[in-house]
Amino acid sequence: MRLFANANYDFVARRRIAYVTAGSLLAVFFVAAIVFQITRGSWLNYGVDFTGGTLVQARFDQPTSVNDLREVLSGTEITRFGGENEFLIRAPVYEEGTDAAAPVVSALTERFGQGAFEVVRTEAVGAKIGGELQQRAALAILASFLFVLIYLAFRFEWRFGVAAVIATAYDVLFSLGLISALQLEVSLPTVAAVLTVLGYSLNDKIVVFDRARENLKRTGRRDDFADVLNRSINETLPRTVMTSMTTAAALLALFLFGGEIIRGFATIMLVGVVVGTFSSIFLASPALLEIERRWPSKAKKGGSNTSRAARAGAAV
Amino acid sequence: MFGTLKGRFLVIFLILAACGWAFFDNYRECRSQAQAGDEPRLCTPIKLGLDLQGGMHLALEVADPEGTLTHEAKVDATDRALKIIRTRIDEFGVAEPLIQKVGDTRIIVELPGIREEGRAKEIIQRTAFLEWRLVKGGPEFRAALPRIDRAIVAALGPQLEEAEEAASDTAPAPAQRETIEQLLFQRRDTAAAADTASGETVETSPSRRPLTALLFDDGQQHAFLVAEADVPKVKRYLELPEVQRLMPRGVTTLWAAEPESRGAQLYRRLYLVEDRAFLTGERLQDATATRDPQTFETEVLFELDRAGGRQFERITAANIGEQIAIILDNQVHSAPVVQSRIGSRGRITMGGASLEQAQDLALVLRAGALPAPLEILEERTVGPSLGADSIRQGEIAGIIGIALVIAIMVAYYRLAGFLAVLALVFYTILVLGGLAALDATLTAPGIAGLILSIGMAVDANVLIFERIREELAAGRTARAAVDAGFKQAMSAIVDSNLTTLITGLILFQVGTGPVRGFAVTLSIGIIASFVSAVFVTRTLFLLYLQKRRATEPISI
Repeated sequence: MRLFANANYDFVARRRIAYVTAGSLLAVFFVAAIVFQITRGSWLNYGVDFTGGTLVQARFDQPTSVNDLREVLSGTEITRFGGENEFLIRAPVYEEGTDAAAPVVSALTERFGQGAFEVVRTEAVGAKIGGELQQRAALAILASFLFVLIYLAFRFEWRFGVAAVIATAYDVLFSLGLISALQLEVSLPTVAAVLTVLGYSLNDKIVVFDRARENLKRTGRRDDFADVLNRSINETLPRTVMTSMTTAAALLALFLFGGEIIRGFATIMLVGVVVGTFSSIFLASPALLEIERRWPSKAKKGGSNTSRAARAGAAV
Repeated sequence: MFGTLKGRFLVIFLILAACGWAFFDNYRECRSQAQAGDEPRLCTPIKLGLDLQGGMHLALEVADPEGTLTHEAKVDATDRALKIIRTRIDEFGVAEPLIQKVGDTRIIVELPGIREEGRAKEIIQRTAFLEWRLVKGGPEFRAALPRIDRAIVAALGPQLEEAEEAASDTAPAPAQRETIEQLLFQRRDTAAAADTASGETVETSPSRRPLTALLFDDGQQHAFLVAEADVPKVKRYLELPEVQRLMPRGVTTLWAAEPESRGAQLYRRLYLVEDRAFLTGERLQDATATRDPQTFETEVLFELDRAGGRQFERITAANIGEQIAIILDNQVHSAPVVQSRIGSRGRITMGGASLEQAQDLALVLRAGALPAPLEILEERTVGPSLGADSIRQGEIAGIIGIALVIAIMVAYYRLAGFLAVLALVFYTILVLGGLAALDATLTAPGIAGLILSIGMAVDANVLIFERIREELAAGRTARAAVDAGFKQAMSAIVDSNLTTLITGLILFQVGTGPVRGFAVTLSIGIIASFVSAVFVTRTLFLLYLQKRRATEPISI
């Protein structure tokens, strides 16, 4: 069995369609983000990791409804979590130095009695830590981009690096847009998921660009850059699809069976893999082409590999 | 050694053996610790994170509400607090605690498997600063009271009247309370009388004598009683800088640790004590918890060291008939009258507290006082049942995920796919072995990372196989195609793995706890996937091709 054997699609020529599709999807997310920013005060649904606050996860023996809990816990946000009788109780503030979970637990004990429920998880994060984590998360994403860009500039020409980063930035924006649109809770694992999407997606683009670099070497000159790029995408298409399939299969198992805590993480990754594959095929190479057209490399005709490599080094 | 097939298999065998040893070593270490501790523990070849085995995570910092500490002072206090917390936790008996400093001034405490979170928190956070001071300054304070009252009125003026009105609205039957108090105590009229004698005008309205009105005299020279409900108000008055200035020289106020009941009311005693301790808990040698056989009250017996004993003896000898306050964390636990010279032993009575509470106090006293109070910035606890759920769900998702990946690979690449699956088995063992060898902890996101990296690990194989297919399609013989496939795919594999490794390392730097666990599994996974795809799959291919003629077609 072989998928896409001797595929010969003209991806690059139809890049406008890809731009419009990608742009309109992002626009939808952007509108949703603005709506959430206005209606809820924040486009992202930050969890206690970032805002600071208290979270108590309680598991009841008997059937219990959210309303039962709401009776005794005012000023908190209560959501069902995973199983039928399991709830997440979020209180917005955590006063540093107090026993944060205690008021919630005692209110529940008073209403439902001792032993009617089990507190399976508590999290209390002070505003100080929350602010720090927010900073560090943003820093992590930016640092990843920067370091990858530097590495790619070493290994490839800078044009390749920039194109790969642009296409990957699209994936990260898309993931963030999805997180906003679905109002998935933003916690530390969410940041890990976004960074993994970033890593995976770059990985995908590099494989295509690696082939493009090889094909450029083989032809020795860049008489038709678009052709070379098209050929490279087509040649790597079976690999792109196969790897996406195996990764998506593993993620699907996580999404379905990995439990509630992992589900948000798996959702972001699963979407990230799909978008990453899309942008590897439809966005990364066109981006490279646009860059090449605007800032053509001087050695357009007959440029040798060695001089290109030297320039790649100098570009850093 | 890498050249021959035998050499290659030897290397693979050695790697697997090293992984096996890492598992065994971890397991054995855990067993021996489990036997030493009294709590039954789950022993796994790989250390499980708090989110999987349950436990508590705390981030603490030296409290500095007024912002008066310098950075150096904070760093120093943090270092000393770290040592004391370590001693306390060791004595408390938690298996494999993690107590470490993060940055300059933050302490992270992780207690796996802990069930009594509240108790553990108390033991970590309690300052446990024990000191002895002379009780004194009653007459001087009484003499200063009229001036203090006026200062409070001047400072708080309008606020005071509002508070007074609010109080008269809400206080239950004030008249009744007054009568009981009149029965129980001589009112502070004695002080008022003294004022008249000295020729000052006497203020009788409570709003003109805000502090005096709240202090009740029960005959003790250096102490007053304050109704429990009034304690916050009195505290606020005493904290006013204007009042602080009027305090008699060398005297300060301290509250009793426990309230006392008089009739139906609860009162708390306010002591006047010397502003310096003549002895502190540093001189403590030992502390043990007991229950008084006569009164059934719990108490902590302590013993001072030689120098401390001598000091205590000297002070008590000079102050027979006076009171000495035993103060713990700025609260007076008792203030016995010195009957005779006291040596190096003493007790802290704890009233109706449980023996467990007394034991905890004895523990923190033995370990020493924290240099400064600590505040909890972050607290996370996970119950054991939730952790067990996560493990079970991770196992199910892992098995299904691996099965799916195997199915796809074998269906698509046939025998080559099967070889890739064998390499995948090697990969999984290598990742787990790496985690065990590095003493890394496996967390819930870590399991996700592991399953994810299995999906990604086949990527290198896919790259190679696709290359081999291309080479075969280009008309090369099987052996030449395999060689070329591995060679050509190499640069893509290196580049893509290295970029993912970069994000992994950044995650490790930035993340904490579970996220760090994810970064570790991801990073180890990338390295392991490289070894397994490039070396193990190659070896298996060599074995497969060994007995065949170069022209025979291969299953890929």
